Amino acid sequence: MRTYFAALFLWALALCGNGALAQDALPPAPYAYRQLDDPAQEAKAKALMETLRCLKCQGQSIADSDAPMAGDMRHQVRTRIAAGEEPEEIRNWLVERYGDYVSFAPRLDSATWPLFAIPLALLVIAGLLLRRKLGGKS
Amino acid sequence: MRGGWTFWLPLALFAGFVGLVAMQLYRPAEREVQSAMIGKPIPNFALRAAVPDRPGVATADLTDGKPHLLNIWASWCVPCAAEAPQLETLRRQGAEIAGVAIRDRPEDVAAFLARYGNPYSRIGADDLSEVQMGIGSSGVPETFVVDGKGIIRYQHIGDIRPEHVPMLLQKLKEAAE
Repeated sequence: MRTYFAALFLWALALCGNGALAQDALPPAPYAYRQLDDPAQEAKAKALMETLRCLKCQGQSIADSDAPMAGDMRHQVRTRIAAGEEPEEIRNWLVERYGDYVSFAPRLDSATWPLFAIPLALLVIAGLLLRRKLGGKS
Repeated sequence: MRGGWTFWLPLALFAGFVGLVAMQLYRPAEREVQSAMIGKPIPNFALRAAVPDRPGVATADLTDGKPHLLNIWASWCVPCAAEAPQLETLRRQGAEIAGVAIRDRPEDVAAFLARYGNPYSRIGADDLSEVQMGIGSSGVPETFVVDGKGIIRYQHIGDIRPEHVPMLLQKLKEAAE
C-alpha cells in the first residue's frame, strides 16, 4: 500500500513537470494571489482565468494551479483587466502565443465546426427516422 | 440474418468511434506546447541584468543584424544544468547566446554560473515570466533561434543534448542567410 502511494506521488510529480521538482525562490507575482480591488474587474478576471490552461500542470486552469508560471499568468490577466483590456483580447493574446491549446473555451472555426454540426445532423436524421417509423404504423 | 447495411452501419460507426476514443486515451499525450510565435517578431521588452557582470537583454540587442540563441532557463531548473556544456560548445562554435533567467535571484544565478559555466553574452531577469509568455515559451529550458531582424525562426523545447548542437548551429546558419 505504501509503495502504491509513493508511486502515485511520484506520478503526480511527473505530471506537474520539472516545475514541481525544482521550485524557484522568488515570491509569487504581486497579483498571483491578490484579487483586484474592483469586484467587477475581479469577477471578469476570475471568469477568464478559469478558462485558461496552466501550461505546466496541463489538466488545470491557471485559477486552480499553484505552479509559479500559473501565478505569473494570473498576474498578467489581472493587470491587463485592471488596465481596461477586455477578457477576450487577453485570451486572443495568449492564443497568438500558445495556440488554441491555452484556452479551454471551445472555438467555432474551420477545424472544429463538425463537432457542433454532427450532433445537430444526427438529431435531424433521428427525427426523420422516428417520424418514418411512427408515421408508417399509424 | 437481420437487415442489410442499414442494420450494421450504425453498429460499425459506433465501434469505430469507441476504437478512436480508446486509441486517443491510451496514446501518450503530447506534453510539449509548441510556441505559435515561430516566424513572428519577438515582442518589445527590456529586462534588467540578472547578474552584475553581464548586461540585461532588450529587443534592440536581438535585432542587431546577427542571429542569436535566446535561452530560457533558470538556476532552479535541473535540466538547465544538464544542457550547460552544450551551450558552452555552441558558444565556442560562434553562437551568440542571450539568456533569460526565469523567476531567479541574482545570487542564485551567480552561483549557477560559477558552478556550470557562463556561455551568455547577456542575461536578463524575467521575474514575472513576461518575456517567456511573450514568445510563447511554457517551460525551462527552451532555446529560440532569433534572426538578425528579431524574427523567431526556431524553438527547441527541453534541454539541449549533444546531438542537438549541430542542428542548432545549422538553424543559426539558416537564420543568418
